[in-house]
Amino acid sequence: MSIDNVSELELSPPADTGLPDQRGHFGRFGGRFVSETLMAPLDELTRAYAAAVADPAFWEEMERDRRDYVGRPSPIYHAQRLSEEIGGAQILLKREDLNHTGAHKVNNTIGQALLAKRMGKTRIIAETGAGQHGVASATVAARLGLECVVYMGAVDVERQAINVFRMKLLGAQVVPVTSGSKTLKDALNEAMRDWVANVDDTFYIIGTVAGPHPYPMLVRDFNAIVGREARAQMLQRYGHLPDALVACVGGGSNAIGLFHPFIGDQDVAIYGVEAAGRGLSSGQHAASLCAGKPGVLHGNRTYLLTDDDGQVIETHSISAGLDYPGVGPEHAWLHESGRAKYVGITDDEALAAFHKLSRCEGIIPALESAHAVAYGMKLAATMRSDQTVLVNLSGRGDKDVHTVAKLEGIGL
Amino acid sequence: MSNRIDARLAELAAQGRCGLVAFITAGDPAPELTVPAMHALVKAGTDIIELGMPFSDPMADGPVIQRSSERALSKGMNLRRTLACVSQFRESDSTTPVVLMGYLNPIEHLGLAEFARQAAQSGVDGVLLVDCPVEELDTCGSLLRDQGLHQIFLISPTTSGDRVSQICAQGQGFLYYVSLKGITGAGSLATDAVAASLAELKHQSTVPLAVGFGIKSAEQAAALASAADAVVVGSALVERLADAIDVEQVEIAATAVLAPLRAALDQARRAAAA
Repeated sequence: MSIDNVSELELSPPADTGLPDQRGHFGRFGGRFVSETLMAPLDELTRAYAAAVADPAFWEEMERDRRDYVGRPSPIYHAQRLSEEIGGAQILLKREDLNHTGAHKVNNTIGQALLAKRMGKTRIIAETGAGQHGVASATVAARLGLECVVYMGAVDVERQAINVFRMKLLGAQVVPVTSGSKTLKDALNEAMRDWVANVDDTFYIIGTVAGPHPYPMLVRDFNAIVGREARAQMLQRYGHLPDALVACVGGGSNAIGLFHPFIGDQDVAIYGVEAAGRGLSSGQHAASLCAGKPGVLHGNRTYLLTDDDGQVIETHSISAGLDYPGVGPEHAWLHESGRAKYVGITDDEALAAFHKLSRCEGIIPALESAHAVAYGMKLAATMRSDQTVLVNLSGRGDKDVHTVAKLEGIGL
Repeated sequence: MSNRIDARLAELAAQGRCGLVAFITAGDPAPELTVPAMHALVKAGTDIIELGMPFSDPMADGPVIQRSSERALSKGMNLRRTLACVSQFRESDSTTPVVLMGYLNPIEHLGLAEFARQAAQSGVDGVLLVDCPVEELDTCGSLLRDQGLHQIFLISPTTSGDRVSQICAQGQGFLYYVSLKGITGAGSLATDAVAASLAELKHQSTVPLAVGFGIKSAEQAAALASAADAVVVGSALVERLADAIDVEQVEIAATAVLAPLRAALDQARRAAAA
């Protein structure tokens, strides 16, 4: 009998921080900064979500999907060789890379798709950067027989050709976005425009814990299964909680999913790892908490990377999934309240961790997750060997092998 | 001091005319053409100027206005220069109301209080913040009001009854009714249904009603002339102005778009009065 068997894993109830408030605020962050036309559909979504949350049938269906379709719970793996080499704390990996579609993203899309079905919507739209959320959306749309349109920056369409093809295989239509910087933020703008024009039959599946209320809340709630499992697994296997949590933060959905159930556990240190790109002082990064300022973008108040005039600037990261000029409002709140600490990991450090984990443990991580692994190693080195660092391995690296090969001048 | 928006709309009401509101993006097609373009709008029959503050991520706007924002930003337009355009416009036009329209982030970056102070000093009369619904008003409402600036709110076909009352209670200057579900400059317009909604809204609003989003033709303007106190044209004008390279071409483009609308509005009101 495995201790990770789902029937034996006693999940703690979802954590209740009392946030967001009724209007979607996390302290001074979050909220609903959208054009008037979107206020009604957001209210409708908020009501539908509240009704779903209160309905045991909704959670039963979700539980079935998580178990039989996603393959949950995902195990916690003790990276023993890596820990020994680092010579500090024990590094544990929460294996979200083992989920169906290869990352944590599906935790959110199955939840939102079930919600879409409840609301009688027949059409799904989504934005995507690296294509992982697009694939996860196309996947659930295919399964539920819903039409799916994915907006993707024209630059990303070119960079992520394999994921574009995966989405098409799954029956989705991929629309390249040619406005602005032609990347994730512009795809989000375009999806929002589609939604404004088609609110009657369309459900917008936002892929991260950003956007107008209630998105940061519901995407968090759907991803919080990661932290709830991890908490129960730690207690069952080790009899104590980890000393530290580490997760990468672009918009921040995998990170909030892991962090949220631990927010009340004051002895657990929490680290969010942003993409420091070519270095925080280079100006070429995507570290909005480490180097940005509060502002308003994509429907919420949060930390942003902008120029002196408040115009949103183009970001850089080796990892397309972290290449976003904002961050979820709950992270902005955790940052200012001091409950979580946000740090940067450069492209080079992430790449080194990508290789290290591949060689040391036989696990090729997504470049996004490699940022978390890199910081986890740094942190572990400063700790005792009887301590534990739990790193969210949010996705697998299959999608990145072409990028890494190209960076290293290897033709495939 | 009374606000120019109130004065102009009162004047129009007394004359029995429907107002024409024209939108252009500051800095488009070029920063040096913005002030001449504002004067050209007035010459072509505009009653109220809406001046767009360019933003990198204009989520509520369609492709035409987004591209105008991109052109303006690429030519170095920013909030400070936008306000300078209004100051310069005021040197020779002290009566035409100017409403700044845009998104919160550049304004918050400058600081709301500082923005309100500078806007009032430059001769701005109203501010429409596309991504600041009435619920988030505490962040800026009073700062604008303290400087004598009107905050203009949008009402859309999807706005619920409760929120319509809430917005009407906050309305200043005029309420901007969004004539379609969608983005600026989009699709086709069911003018009959829009006129019916405006008639209903009129019962609740204490300020005049303007209507816009998707109004392109003289026929559409005429169909709404009696139901609305003012009609807004944006994308159609911005599209036409995009290729202008000098003041003369700006004037030709502004007249080409606005003169037929002006004529249609006046004719429709005269016909209704007869």
